[in-house]
Amino acid sequence: MSHSVALERITMSFGATKAVDDVSFTVEPGEFFSILGPSGCGKTTILRMVAGFLAPSAGRVLIGDRDMAGLGPNQRPTAMIFQSLALFPLMPVWENIAFGLEARGVPRAKRRRRADELLELIALPGYGDRKIAELSGGQKQRVAIARALAVEPEVLLLDEPLSALDLKLRQHMRAELRAIQKRTGVTFLYITHDQSEALAMSDRVAVMSAGVLQQVAAPRTLYEDPETPFVARFVGETNAIPGTVAHVADGIAALDTAHGRLSARAGRGVAAGRAATLYVRPEALGIAAADAPSALGARVERLDFEGAFGLLHAVTADGAAVLAALPSTTLGAAPAAGEAVRFAFAPRDAIALGAAQGEA
Amino acid sequence: MGALTARFGAGLAGFFVLLVGFWLAGLVLAPNLMMIDFALRPNLLPADVGGPADVYSLDNLAYLAGEPVHRDIFFKTVWASALVMLATFVVCYPLAYWLAQTASPSAASLVVLALIVPFWINEVLRTLAWYILFAFRGPLNALLLGLGILDEPMRWYGDGGVLVGMVYAYILFMLFPIYNSIESLEKAQVEAARDLGASTWRIHTRIVIPHAKAGIATGCVFTFMLAAGSYVAPALLGAPGSRWFTQIIYNWFFEGGDWNRGAAYALVLLVLCLAVVLITLRVFRVSLTDVAK
Ligand SMILES: Nc1ncnc2c1ncn2[C@@H]1O[C@H](COP(=O)(O)OP(=O)(O)O)[C@@H](O)[C@H]1O
Ligand SMILES: [Mg+2]
Repeated sequence: MSHSVALERITMSFGATKAVDDVSFTVEPGEFFSILGPSGCGKTTILRMVAGFLAPSAGRVLIGDRDMAGLGPNQRPTAMIFQSLALFPLMPVWENIAFGLEARGVPRAKRRRRADELLELIALPGYGDRKIAELSGGQKQRVAIARALAVEPEVLLLDEPLSALDLKLRQHMRAELRAIQKRTGVTFLYITHDQSEALAMSDRVAVMSAGVLQQVAAPRTLYEDPETPFVARFVGETNAIPGTVAHVADGIAALDTAHGRLSARAGRGVAAGRAATLYVRPEALGIAAADAPSALGARVERLDFEGAFGLLHAVTADGAAVLAALPSTTLGAAPAAGEAVRFAFAPRDAIALGAAQGEA
Repeated sequence: MGALTARFGAGLAGFFVLLVGFWLAGLVLAPNLMMIDFALRPNLLPADVGGPADVYSLDNLAYLAGEPVHRDIFFKTVWASALVMLATFVVCYPLAYWLAQTASPSAASLVVLALIVPFWINEVLRTLAWYILFAFRGPLNALLLGLGILDEPMRWYGDGGVLVGMVYAYILFMLFPIYNSIESLEKAQVEAARDLGASTWRIHTRIVIPHAKAGIATGCVFTFMLAAGSYVAPALLGAPGSRWFTQIIYNWFFEGGDWNRGAAYALVLLVLCLAVVLITLRVFRVSLTDVAK
């Protein structure tokens, strides 16, 4: 099976700091693959190693099963979209788009035709003779994509391309990027620190923290079955309750916590007698019935009404924040600020993870 | 003026305007007008000045046109200055690019320091250093003989020596304008061009040079004018066969005692320099305001 991109045990050190530490993953042809992680975790460094701007300190980069060692950015079947876009302001739009073809010696008339075709693809027909400075943020974005697609790369590398846009445009460009990717079938390697962006667009997501790969999975799997505490906290909102594992049976772990015994699915690193943390999503919490055997007791701080949901902010006796997302239809029965509240959840909707590994 | 008054008050603003006015009228306009006046009058004995013979004519300019040796030296000065400009550009462009885009900050500041320190020394002394290096029995010949590159000492004084001396003398005037303009180029643009498959040559001709053209034009104009108006380097490093037009002008003033003819020659040089500035700006399609930045 031929991978589009394969990273084999890649490490990148800058002096004493390891920006990327022993990272391996594969990206399949035609996949929309994202790398997600907080700023400074090594995403750009990985992308630049795939593009050929940096040579890894250790490990191999393969594209289409070919080892890329020793090949510069101009010799690799990749095209990069820079965080700043890096359009050429002194050239008209069409020359920007056709620049890669110009470098390949394609005659002018043919370049122009190809640029016009790509302008159709990005829904900017007739913009060929405009100046870059005359375009809006979203239009520049699309020209940058067309410029990269013009060289028919096997892999398109995108470094937080939407971060400079305002919220509305960002939402729109997400759909647009996804559509362009489906239409062209090009493999997208996309990096972002915005988890909702990664979850909404990607086929699979690699989550990174401090240079270390945490988990590679489909968006729903990341959300429902995080493998490390970092992923549980970073992807989506969650409530964390530390405790000690009492026993594990049928994939359900019982934890002794400050709120008594609570149950959740047993995730990685969970074994009887070990410390573990229980993670439960805000939308998995409900108001407990008065006679519920085990529940999470807290005091309500405030309720933020968000339309479909109400976000109930509460604090436990030991000072930990609890967030619950309650459907608006149930808000009539919700307690008011200052009142005590007890939350319950189904064990299937929560997951316990061993505290042992790489907490970030 | 309104902005100046608002900023400094009427008294100080008026003083500034007066100063600038004095500088323009007294130190720029008046000497040049006097030079034109001199250039157009014949060289007369003190007794005849103001007499019937003291009339405006183009005789002094016509003399230059009709004097083959001076004419040749004039044209030689023009193309040799262009050569100095080109050579300085060839030396400075890669250096400026390296300083602005690839050098680490510490390496860059070290190199800039090494370039600037010699310029704390007076131009005459700096050229004198080359004079010593290039001497027939000097260090350069000794080195080349020692390395076995030469069998017998070379005469370095002459066109080659003048070229080297001038390139060195004007390097900063070319380097800094180009450096400034390349520095403002976003690094990602060079990377994007490379990523799209462009060769190093294409990256420079299509991305870097178009971006830096105002700086390049500025550096070229500076260097050409300085070279054409240079006196020290040709006087020290030249040979009788490599005389510079400025030396002829000097001779008219201080040896020939004919200030009028000297002024006419200087006027021709001034017009030439102006023409070069305007043509260069036209060729690079930059405006004077770009250069002033
Ligand atoms: N050229 C470099 N020299 C030294 N350190 C670097 C260099 N590039 C990146 N780093 C460091 O590597 C880490 C990862 O950076 P980067 O890959 O840009 O993160 P991200 O894109 O995820 O925000 C950061 O700590 C950064 O300071
Ligand atoms: Mg980054």
